[in-house]
Amino acid sequence: MSLLDLECLDSVRRLDTRRLLYQVLNFLMVVSSALMMWKGLMVITGSESPIVVVLSGSMEPAFHRGDLLFLTNRIEDPIVVGDITVFKIEGREIPIVHRVIRVHDDDKEGMKFLTKGDNNQVDDRGLYAESQLWLRRKDVLGRARGFLPYVLKLEKVKNVRL
Amino acid sequence: LKYKAYSWLSIHCSSKRIWRLFQKHVPDFTTTRQRTDLGILNFDIEANLTDLFDWNTKQLFLYLTCEYVTPKNKINQVVLWDKIVLRENLNDGVLEIKGANPEYYFFDDGSFLRNTPANLTLSWNVIPNAGYMPTFESSNAFTFVFPKDYSTPKI
Repeated sequence: MSLLDLECLDSVRRLDTRRLLYQVLNFLMVVSSALMMWKGLMVITGSESPIVVVLSGSMEPAFHRGDLLFLTNRIEDPIVVGDITVFKIEGREIPIVHRVIRVHDDDKEGMKFLTKGDNNQVDDRGLYAESQLWLRRKDVLGRARGFLPYVLKLEKVKNVRL
Repeated sequence: LKYKAYSWLSIHCSSKRIWRLFQKHVPDFTTTRQRTDLGILNFDIEANLTDLFDWNTKQLFLYLTCEYVTPKNKINQVVLWDKIVLRENLNDGVLEIKGANPEYYFFDDGSFLRNTPANLTLSWNVIPNAGYMPTFESSNAFTFVFPKDYSTPKI
């Protein structure tokens, strides 16, 4: 063991290029594996953000701030009322996790739907963009299918505003 | 429509009845203020929820959906009523709703409610302590047809 230590120290002192490159490659392998797993998860679920953190209390008592949600967004899975969707409003960056309460689908305009947070008194029309009355399929990042509580302790973080 | 994964849970909610069913043609103040059909009904729900809770169930989100097809829209789904039942608030698990009004305005996307058949389904979304979040529908949907005329306005 002590012999190995000496060798390592020697190579560091001598800046052994081969060993250094090996370490860098090792590190890159770890990073690219993580990236592959994340991208693979995106492909399997069909969602561009397959795991999201709940940021507001508008779905309490089901979800609290800091809970983790696992999403899928398969095209062949239609959006129906009762689905918990994570969607983005055009022009806003923060995604919103609310439940679908109305769905209308006509052949010309396509599917449109309305959402509302369980803990809110009114539906989300006030949150949508100016003169937008309905959400469309393209606004949806995914439907919440799985849930993990208390992952991040966001109760202490007061400056996360939604 | 929903998942069959938890099929060992017995699905046996409710016998629903509705009464006082009619529709009006009024401006839809929730959207474009154009005159569309507004459906009005009262309903009863009876359900026993005890079997729907298991060791991993934190909450049930119950909701009553009205589904119908119109010449304009091949799919219309409107949630009329919902209720959150937490495990600690279950008590004896008996849910009895009598003569309830819908919690949300039942505006059609258009004016096609007259003479339209519709069905009411009770569904529930299971929120677990952790894990998979399925939704189930009760096997008995209540079908009805909207009347063929608008109701005369009452002051």
